[in-house]
Amino acid sequence: MAKNVREGFERWEKTTLNKVISKSPEREPSFKTTSHIELKRLYTPLDLAELDYCGELGFPGEFPFARGVQPTMYRGRFWTMRQYAGFATAEETNKRYKFLLEQGQTGLSVAFDLPTQIGYDSDHALADGEVGKVGVAIDTLRDMEILFDGIPLDKVSTSMTINSTAATLLAMYIAVAEKQGVKSDLLQGTIQNDILKEYAARGTYIFPPLESMRIVTDIFAFCKNHVQRWNTISISGYHMREAGCTAVQEVAFTLADGIAYVEAAIRAGLDVDSFASRLAFFFCCHNTFIEEVAKFRAARRLWAKIMRERFKAKKDDSCMLRFHTQTAGCSLTAQQPDNNVVRVAFQALAAVLGGTQSLHTNSRDEAYALPTEDSVRIALRTQQIIAYETGVADMIDPLCGSYAVETLTNEIEKKAVDYIEKIEAMGGAIKAIESGYIQGEIGESAYQYQKEIERKKRIVVGLNQFQIEEGPLKEILRIRPEVEQYQKEKLAKVKKERDNKIVKETLAALKKAAQGSENIVPHTLGAVKAYATLGEISDTLREVFGEYRER
Amino acid sequence: MVRKIRVLIAKPGLDGHDRGAKVIARALRDAGMEVIYTGIRQTPDQIANAAIQESVDIVGLSSLSGAHNGLFPKVVHILKEKKADDILVFGGGIIPVDDIPALKKAGIREIFLPGASTEDIIKYIQENVRLE
Repeated sequence: MAKNVREGFERWEKTTLNKVISKSPEREPSFKTTSHIELKRLYTPLDLAELDYCGELGFPGEFPFARGVQPTMYRGRFWTMRQYAGFATAEETNKRYKFLLEQGQTGLSVAFDLPTQIGYDSDHALADGEVGKVGVAIDTLRDMEILFDGIPLDKVSTSMTINSTAATLLAMYIAVAEKQGVKSDLLQGTIQNDILKEYAARGTYIFPPLESMRIVTDIFAFCKNHVQRWNTISISGYHMREAGCTAVQEVAFTLADGIAYVEAAIRAGLDVDSFASRLAFFFCCHNTFIEEVAKFRAARRLWAKIMRERFKAKKDDSCMLRFHTQTAGCSLTAQQPDNNVVRVAFQALAAVLGGTQSLHTNSRDEAYALPTEDSVRIALRTQQIIAYETGVADMIDPLCGSYAVETLTNEIEKKAVDYIEKIEAMGGAIKAIESGYIQGEIGESAYQYQKEIERKKRIVVGLNQFQIEEGPLKEILRIRPEVEQYQKEKLAKVKKERDNKIVKETLAALKKAAQGSENIVPHTLGAVKAYATLGEISDTLREVFGEYRER
Repeated sequence: MVRKIRVLIAKPGLDGHDRGAKVIARALRDAGMEVIYTGIRQTPDQIANAAIQESVDIVGLSSLSGAHNGLFPKVVHILKEKKADDILVFGGGIIPVDDIPALKKAGIREIFLPGASTEDIIKYIQENVRLE
């Protein structure tokens, strides 16, 4: 068969193709993906001649999971439609959550403001002007109770984008659930808790790397015993991709971080099969459709191999890369914002064809502000249309076997392995971040991308081609300036009404645990229940762990 | 001999999104300017002090977290207090168009919004910085 194809292909090139190419050359001398992988004009069975279907692709729900992590995938259950949301106060965010749930979203995703993410209360000097701007302000358990008011925590799953203060927010979530009568072993959700990418690309770190890893592994251990259905970490490539890295780098840097977390947990005394099935991942989905579909499949297969071969995981569950996807914010434009609806639709479709477990779709006003109700509704409808109208959810991994998709999946995996080996030779992800290597690679890719746009080597519709005369979007979400004062007053009230003696005691116990090797999560839970503030808890840990300074 | 234009690129406040700041810093260097990038999480005091210490001609502030209305004017104000208001200040990031008049009134000379090119910014600096 192969001989016939090869002969046919060569004949086609020399005759049919050549007839056209000799008269009209193609649009570019070569076509490359965003990861600089050269694209062939045509992929054929010849490209997959070496394919070992059972070994490299297999079946959904089985190692190496290239075709998906669940045996029925979306025929069993759609991906979770989980819109990242949060702004201003807990009261207003609670309202948005109820709106989103009413509109059909199937999981919650909490966006916290920067002071909350960085361990500052709303009345801290550095919180000035930042309170409630990029997410909801949470100072104490009181805010968390309001945030989930009327939302049954045994019936929803909640993802919280929180990293250096993840233990505190997880503790608050557990405490709110307790007040609802829901035991922690029933809770379903995720904390992002991926501190390594904070140093590399996102910036909401507090403590230095090793101390932060200790907190991460404390959380793994605590959840293993008390919150067994919880995803203890969402190892993220999204932010590094948004910072400008390529698809291959996104896979490589994310899995390298994953390796670092697994190693840290093992060093902390945990057996790999006791925590690995609760690791989750978070990827971006950008515009280059086929490359993105291939990327997700490559990541799944590569992680499975790493867990089995390197970490000797015995359970198949421990080798499963389950992931959330967010469509690429950085691909959206301020110019002609309706075009963003189209971009997001293609990106969301690629994520679904790539087998994502959970999906956030950006809104058309992404380049301006947090989404209005109207904008976020369109974003949610985009997912619902894919789920209910396109039919792609009715079969599993439908693009498998495409010569182009499988070749790109192999290419991305190979190139990611090269990068990971390079990072491991440096001593691993932590060393690669401390030396600035990962940041440098991201920065270089970002710069090249921008240059391509400015030289019109890369067209962004409406931005550097097909522009129109237009004014800015007028109807955007604005955070009222009164929010900050309101939040400060609420915080002052909580501090006045709580038993400050107990707060002092819980913080002292937390400090002692942090200074030793005792798990800090139970003590964080104690402090949180006493209405210690997020700032007080973070400051207690700052006293012990110190603060990280960017190099 | 004409000396190089000196630029400080700074990120005031808690916002950690530094892709734009880093790309611009590099583009300005490639265009022949001396550029110092402060890194993230700078206070207006730190930025003004760095600007003065480094004897820059112009400061570019980047903020995507919505805290620009407080932070940007503070930088201008501190430079003025320290008698360094010959240092120009411009800004960029996620800034509602409606906020621009007040920012300009507070002394921020120009605001670059999503879609601006590094060429726009290079041109702006070259046209507005007077080298002695």
